[in-house]
Amino acid sequence: MKKEDFKDNEYIDSLVEELKQSGTNVVVGKLDELINWGRSNSLWPLTFATSCCGIEFISLGAARYDMARFGFEVARASPRQADFMMVAGTIVHRMAPVFRRLYEQLAEPKYVIATGGCAISGGPFRNSYHVVKGIDKIVPVDVYIPGCPPRPEAMFYGIMQLQRKVKVEKFFGGVNRKKTREDFFRENPLIAEEEHVKE
Amino acid sequence: MVNIQEIIGKVCPEAVFEENEVAFAIVPDAKWHEVAVALKNAGYDCLTAVVGEDWGEELGCTYYLKSTADNSLVSVKVATTDRENPMLHSVSDLWKTAIFEEREVFDFYGIKFINHPDMRRLFLRNDWVGFPFRKDYDENPEINPVRLYHEKPDDVTSTYVEEDGKVVEKKVNVFNPGDFVVNIGPQHPATHGVMRFRTHLDGEEIKKIDVVCGYIHRGVEKLCEKDTYPQTIHFTDRLDYLAALMNEHCLCLCIEKAMGIEVPARAKVIRVMMDELMRINSHLLYFGTFCMDLGATTALFYGLREREKVLDIFEETCGARMTFNYNVIGGVRFDLHENFVKRVKELIEIMPSRLKEYHTLVSGNVIAKNRMKNIGIITREEAINYNITGPSGRASNWANDIRKTNPYEVYADLDFEQVTMEGCDTYDRYILRLKEIEQSIKILAQLVDNIPEGDYCAKVPKVIKLPKGHWFQEVESSRGAFGVYIDSDGGKTPYRMKFNSPGFHLVGIIDKITRGEKIADLIAIGGSLDYVVPDIDR
Repeated sequence: MKKEDFKDNEYIDSLVEELKQSGTNVVVGKLDELINWGRSNSLWPLTFATSCCGIEFISLGAARYDMARFGFEVARASPRQADFMMVAGTIVHRMAPVFRRLYEQLAEPKYVIATGGCAISGGPFRNSYHVVKGIDKIVPVDVYIPGCPPRPEAMFYGIMQLQRKVKVEKFFGGVNRKKTREDFFRENPLIAEEEHVKE
Repeated sequence: MVNIQEIIGKVCPEAVFEENEVAFAIVPDAKWHEVAVALKNAGYDCLTAVVGEDWGEELGCTYYLKSTADNSLVSVKVATTDRENPMLHSVSDLWKTAIFEEREVFDFYGIKFINHPDMRRLFLRNDWVGFPFRKDYDENPEINPVRLYHEKPDDVTSTYVEEDGKVVEKKVNVFNPGDFVVNIGPQHPATHGVMRFRTHLDGEEIKKIDVVCGYIHRGVEKLCEKDTYPQTIHFTDRLDYLAALMNEHCLCLCIEKAMGIEVPARAKVIRVMMDELMRINSHLLYFGTFCMDLGATTALFYGLREREKVLDIFEETCGARMTFNYNVIGGVRFDLHENFVKRVKELIEIMPSRLKEYHTLVSGNVIAKNRMKNIGIITREEAINYNITGPSGRASNWANDIRKTNPYEVYADLDFEQVTMEGCDTYDRYILRLKEIEQSIKILAQLVDNIPEGDYCAKVPKVIKLPKGHWFQEVESSRGAFGVYIDSDGGKTPYRMKFNSPGFHLVGIIDKITRGEKIADLIAIGGSLDYVVPDIDR
């Protein structure tokens, strides 16, 4: 797709502007572009689906929509091999710690796409006692795809937006977060208390 | 038809009978187990639903029992006035499906069941405060915030037994200390969603499975209590999204029954056609994903190829691919699209040859057969006792199709066959679903040229209010009998709404049928049962 066909160009432009301010070495910059070209065209999703949106995600992989055209077809069942997580479905209280752990298990650089109303805000179940009101309360989110469930075309649009984001990022230094394991446990003392962590 | 009053009156003279659409009795808790035994001996061998309810002063359950001989229903209410420490007698020794049903009631209402083998929370975390379905539950998010630390695993469970007239709590181990327990799920590609099996293994052999649900429990039934009747319909779409139109259909039927609305003939036919298209859609996806679980990835592409054709039909008429919100009280939301008849005819034409392709691709394959035959046996008695309805139950030779046993809409006038098989194993459950597609095609072929003219929706009042009372309605969804229970206090919102989902009963039998099988077969068995997790957790 051409740039003018996308919406939210201001966001990407401001991101580029922000990154430019810190300045880049020519060699590293070129290397960045090459690596990002490769990264953005082989984004591997984690097969993670809790409800209805997951079925549309299956349609995405089948012949009619065929996500292999964009390089997303290698859906991994293990978070350690995946690049991004397409959160397709509602996240409820009981699932929240499991979901959080899956996110922590993804290898850096990692991205999260909130797919569908439930993942964005709780959707139709927002008033429920057991539903997390938006996954951005638990993990950082890169792209939101609204819909209930979003059409496969909308999902493509969302993943292509993620590709654009990946393309402008700086692989060296900018992307890999500086947060350590210890920082994480300091922020979440109750998780640090758990048995497997103590070991 | 046997006389219910006579059967119950004989063991429990103090029982109260009330007029209702199905026979309804109120029985004191002390006599409930005796009454249950009497009813079971009288032929009510299938426990269809257990509806927990908070009546304000009383807490309790309504049990819906079905006789497999004449398909009649009987309902029994058991309640207690003790809100501090409510206790009722369990019937899980008579009907195994009650094990999970009563655990659900304990989870939502805090009612402890005496003699129940496993009284743990089912859907909510074990450190959850309060019982959410009680009317006096405090929904303050500060009491139950989103907890990001993991809950402690439930290794010990409670059971309540009567000793010398007193109820004593006893602790029972779920797994013994030396057991080798492997955790499968909730994030696992072959569990079809967020199910968790704690599996006790001896080598490759499965010794016991502890199913942990609730990873997608959204509290839909509680949400319905806050919404008006037309607002509740869209929730049913999102329970079992592969039987969305049947679920909507069931809820609309139940409300229409309560209000006495007559649906126009055209709407009836449209609803039936949509149901059958939905069934084809669901079984096609089942074919794809189940075969993919067994390793046949190509089958997924074959199945989804035809599914897209069905989705095109839906999209034109209902305006969506998955969650439709198409049925409304009194009929359907939109009239049929002009291409509808043409496209359905196309589908009817291509499907027989495509089904042949599926059979050549998978059904005759030696590897597939070896992985499916004689695995995960459910006998007919077990299917009835665990209330395994739908295709899974029919593969165990239990003719339980609601379309035949208690026909609704125009099903009574249609010529189609209720497919049953006698293999009781994974292979038959798979073949049966493909055969059901043939029957659905047959129904569509009969109706496609005979859609009556006229209104597609009846005139209904602007504000929908149900009279006082309670109703129960079942339809045949893609995976079995889907039931809706509505209790109304005469207002605009339901007092209690319960969705009796077919998937929930499948959970109960997983432990039973996988014992002694190999761990690799767990995936084949789970896939063949065809559960949808949001349907289980609601």
